[in-house]
Amino acid sequence: MRHNTFYTIIFAALICVVCGVFVSYAAVSLNERQVFNAALDKKTKVLEAAGLVEADESVTAERVEELFANIESVAVELETGNELADFDLEGYDQLKAAADPDRSVAAPENASAIKTLPKVAEVFKMKGSDGGLEMLILPIEGLGLWGTLYGFLAIDGDLTTVRGITYYTHKETPGLGGEVDNPRWKALWPGRRVFDDDGAVALEVIKGQAPPAADAPYQVDGLSGATITARGVSNMIDFWMGDRGFGKFLDKLRA
Amino acid sequence: MAIKKSEAALDPLFNNNPIALQVLGICSALAVTTKLETAFVMCIAVIAVMTLSNLTISLLRNQIPNSIRIIVQLVVIASLVIITDQILKAFLFETSKQLSVFVGLIITNCIIMGRAEAFAMQNGPLLSILDGLGNGVGYSIVLLVTAFLRELFGSGKLFGVSVLPLVSEGGWYQPNGLMLLSPAAFFIIGGIIFLIRVWKPEQVEMDG
Repeated sequence: MRHNTFYTIIFAALICVVCGVFVSYAAVSLNERQVFNAALDKKTKVLEAAGLVEADESVTAERVEELFANIESVAVELETGNELADFDLEGYDQLKAAADPDRSVAAPENASAIKTLPKVAEVFKMKGSDGGLEMLILPIEGLGLWGTLYGFLAIDGDLTTVRGITYYTHKETPGLGGEVDNPRWKALWPGRRVFDDDGAVALEVIKGQAPPAADAPYQVDGLSGATITARGVSNMIDFWMGDRGFGKFLDKLRA
Repeated sequence: MAIKKSEAALDPLFNNNPIALQVLGICSALAVTTKLETAFVMCIAVIAVMTLSNLTISLLRNQIPNSIRIIVQLVVIASLVIITDQILKAFLFETSKQLSVFVGLIITNCIIMGRAEAFAMQNGPLLSILDGLGNGVGYSIVLLVTAFLRELFGSGKLFGVSVLPLVSEGGWYQPNGLMLLSPAAFFIIGGIIFLIRVWKPEQVEMDG
């Protein structure tokens, strides 16, 4: 069938408008649900790191909200370690901020291949029944073998004892580095200590098996066949718990 | 019309399977088949997109100017894929995260463009819907068989439920890590193509 140029242009324009309307309608009408899902997903990961829900457990939105009642999210200025009380964390995405030149700074040299740091990090504080700090859940990220691992590290109110670790995104090889997801490996973390008596970051993933937490507080079992992923985990603990990461914030909390 | 309805819908299942005979859509077949659950959602998404795109293109086939037909097909398919992606993000968030970019990449799934161009441009709406469904199901059969084998032997699970208890969790099954890597999908799809061609020797390609 022959069509003239004018018809072709009108047809193309119409198709674009009609498809555009459908796509925008879907995006706008479903947006609220998607934002809710994303927020719920983040909260679930935080609870996972805190050991309050199991990794494979399917939890309802109500249960997540209920468990989250004692947890508040706090904005921390990484450079100074100050808490920013009037910073609006609603919908704040630390990873997007890190990619935005206005809201990030170049990262100091590190082994985790982190190039930019967000000026503000979102951390989670869990209050105990006495109102004191029960647990602190900090976002961590760093290079593994194939790509960056993103996760949370939960530490106790004493600011050194690990309560749990979880990764929510990574590209490590299933069965090897991908074992960072394995509940049995994650179960080795609670009870280990991040800082030695001098206040330096001492926790690391070693090669082979580590004795129980009481005998080897600064060591975690390696992942067999995943030396580079394990080194990546050690590197990112070293980075985020040290002065370049949350070190100053932790110092202020201790003071 | 020369093509029967039953042919349009049933031929793509085994006689003219988009993956096994035409060897299209391999990229997504490798990526989403480590678990049955993601493969299943991907199948539903592809069937929905292919059926609707075939229908839309078929309805518009006499209006679409020949000179821009490919780009029109692409716009229709892309819109449907974006809508599908939005729906998945709203209602199946966990799975959509695992499918990640591969839902978006349905746009470039050659099967869908191929059916729009080769079939829906020439045939009526009803036949085109059947053709879309048939090709979608043909694609799904291969995907689900592959995912079944990969999840069962790679993680000892089916739909996330433990079937073969793993050594690392106190059972007896030592999982085959290769199954979780992309090459395993090549081996399995190759095996499926072999079996189909043993069953239907007329599909074997001869040299010269």
